[in-house]
Amino acid sequence: MPRKLTSADDLKSLQTRLAKSLDSGKPRISVCNGTACRPYGSNPVVEAFRATIENKGLQDRIDFKVTGCHGFCERGPIAVIEPGNIFYQKVKPEDVAEIIEKTALNNKIIDRLLFEEPSTKTRATSQASLSFYKGQSRVILGNNLKIDPTNIEDYIAIGGYSALSKALFQYQPSDIIEIVKKSGLRGRGGGGFPTGRKWESCRNAHGDIKYVIVNADEGDPGAYANEGLLTGNPHSVLEGLIIGAFAIGSHQGFIYVRNEYPLALKNITAAMEQAEKLGLLGKNILGSGFDFQVRVNRGGGAFICGESTALMASLEGKVGEPRAKYIHTVERGLWDRPSDLNNVETWANIPLIINNGPEWFNKIGSPSNTGTKIFSLTGKVNNTGLVEVPMGIKLRDIIFDIGGGIRGGKKFKAVQTGGPSGGCLPESLLDLPVDYDTLIKAGSMMGSGGMIVMDENNCMVDVARYFLSFLEEESCGKCVPCREGILRMRQLLNEITEGEGKESDLALLEEVCQCLKDSSLCQLGGSAPNPVLSTLKYFRDEYEEHIKLKKCRAGVCKALITFSIIEEKCPGCGQCVKACPSGAITFLGKRKPVLLDQSKCIKCRTCFDICKMGAVKIE
Amino acid sequence: MKDQINAIIKKYDSDKSQLVSILQDIQSVYNYLPRSALDKVSKKMNVPRSQVYALSTFFRAFSLKERGKHIVHVCLGTACHVRGGELILDSLERQLDIKNGETTKDKNFTLESVNCMGCCATGPVVKIDEEYFGHMTNDKVEPMLNKYRGKQ
Repeated sequence: MPRKLTSADDLKSLQTRLAKSLDSGKPRISVCNGTACRPYGSNPVVEAFRATIENKGLQDRIDFKVTGCHGFCERGPIAVIEPGNIFYQKVKPEDVAEIIEKTALNNKIIDRLLFEEPSTKTRATSQASLSFYKGQSRVILGNNLKIDPTNIEDYIAIGGYSALSKALFQYQPSDIIEIVKKSGLRGRGGGGFPTGRKWESCRNAHGDIKYVIVNADEGDPGAYANEGLLTGNPHSVLEGLIIGAFAIGSHQGFIYVRNEYPLALKNITAAMEQAEKLGLLGKNILGSGFDFQVRVNRGGGAFICGESTALMASLEGKVGEPRAKYIHTVERGLWDRPSDLNNVETWANIPLIINNGPEWFNKIGSPSNTGTKIFSLTGKVNNTGLVEVPMGIKLRDIIFDIGGGIRGGKKFKAVQTGGPSGGCLPESLLDLPVDYDTLIKAGSMMGSGGMIVMDENNCMVDVARYFLSFLEEESCGKCVPCREGILRMRQLLNEITEGEGKESDLALLEEVCQCLKDSSLCQLGGSAPNPVLSTLKYFRDEYEEHIKLKKCRAGVCKALITFSIIEEKCPGCGQCVKACPSGAITFLGKRKPVLLDQSKCIKCRTCFDICKMGAVKIE
Repeated sequence: MKDQINAIIKKYDSDKSQLVSILQDIQSVYNYLPRSALDKVSKKMNVPRSQVYALSTFFRAFSLKERGKHIVHVCLGTACHVRGGELILDSLERQLDIKNGETTKDKNFTLESVNCMGCCATGPVVKIDEEYFGHMTNDKVEPMLNKYRGKQ
């Protein structure tokens, strides 16, 4: 670890030295070990690389980096080799020796590890040329590939903390606020409030003690963009936070991290310790006279704590209940003091804006929606992962170009954005530009960047019921409209999915929705109707089918479907017989179709999943 | 137990605003929040028992019931839901013969659902202790559990 830095020049000379060692000309292997790669077994791959490099004594000839999320999670574990930007996917421990020997040391490509484009059946060698990466502008996430998130030197080598140095020594706090305002940056947590204006209000608010807070309580189920960023590049968030604290005049910051993100928690904590050792955090930062401390708090797994006032209550050690915002938190927030809270991604944008200028930022995206946005593209799409795109890009471009279309040649049905506060948009709206204002007009919202794609096998009534049961559990119970309204809506939706819905239910649902919108205390209740209203608006026919025809066209709602065996297709292999947990399928002998007993069938779908012949029918 | 609780409280300088973190640390030692531990926290930190209890029941990360040796977390986030996460939960409930939130009789497994674990691209996802299992299907459930049943 280098010695403590006490001036801007200290940082600069360290940067120059580290950047030089980065350009050593050695081949570099970056392996993703982000949270999403772990279910694929990235840990053993990392271990295999370490062991092979050590056993062969190649430490001086190969630069090996374990990094955070590379984005293309569908194809993990991923290894990228420089020079050549060679992209290997689904890497296994047994591939490791060959990658080192052939590619890293001898520049040879291993064809079988390249990604095959499903549409053209061609194999691209470089990462940048993959259709998944081509349409993206990875200004924030791109750095994940270059750094080991647990090593501050890597971040400094690529220019890290130079924005902080610039902010401290070249600008007044008011200049920084002006720059952020000019950039047009809007809150990436979903609300889209202009960040510069928020900072300005907090700076101007009365009081000596002010707080800055990182909201890393990414509670939207199905969104993990903040996780990927905080785990993969924690220093970028920390640097943004320190700059913001300097601009606002705060000396104490908080980072509120979701309890379900152990790796993010570990990496940000390590980042803070290293920054403090180097004099980039704590007392007299870089010799500027500016003091700033940060504390990390773990969330407790409550969705509501993503709401600013609830999060602050939780930071105070209280139950995470929101309060009415007659007085904004920038005036009276945490412990009744002026507090500025921004999302992880918002903070990570700050160093880029300071370094490159607001004009650079303005050129990305569309006029009132500048910059990029990270989405977690998941669900029934071919290429799932974290994608970063300029704002204003069409939904279609994200889902079909970057995402590679729908899995298994199925038909697209809907895309859900904005988490439980957002809505489901149908195919007819796929050409909408993705920005804060357009999505709200369409009945959804940006949220923290979840984008869940659904196909013909997803039932939209079931999706609405799913979100409402999520919200029912997560409602804090403080205000009546949210606590009781969500419960009633969920009951109605349950009845509809169980085939007991009445025609009058739809009007009743709409009425309850309006009540929640008008009278809930916070946005959790106020936006809870969105999943119901958007599905009612765009997929009303599915609701009507459930009610009038007792039919679920997607084959999801258990009460409305039956499983049967297509006799012509069944070879009598017996796989489903063994797998059936309720003993509902009987083996009648080889090459004879099996027999399914409806009275015993629990509709668990095991036989459907296991049958390779497609001989199980769901009606 | 007293020493352990005192050490945890000391780590946070008895800071009342760190109550959630203190409870989390206690839970990571005992796997749940024992009643006696909550009493000690209340007394030692001079916080009403009602507040400690309110926090322990408000956040879903906390459990007041003793939990099993292995915690099985099944993700029911949206991305996992649309790929059939609930069917995996059903299957786990059947195989373990317990409901969501319960512990097996032999105290080997506790089954809990979570709303997102941050690896949505690989859904449906199950996590046992620190190990993640992606792209789950019903037929993968039993071999996965067997790994933690002491037979490979």
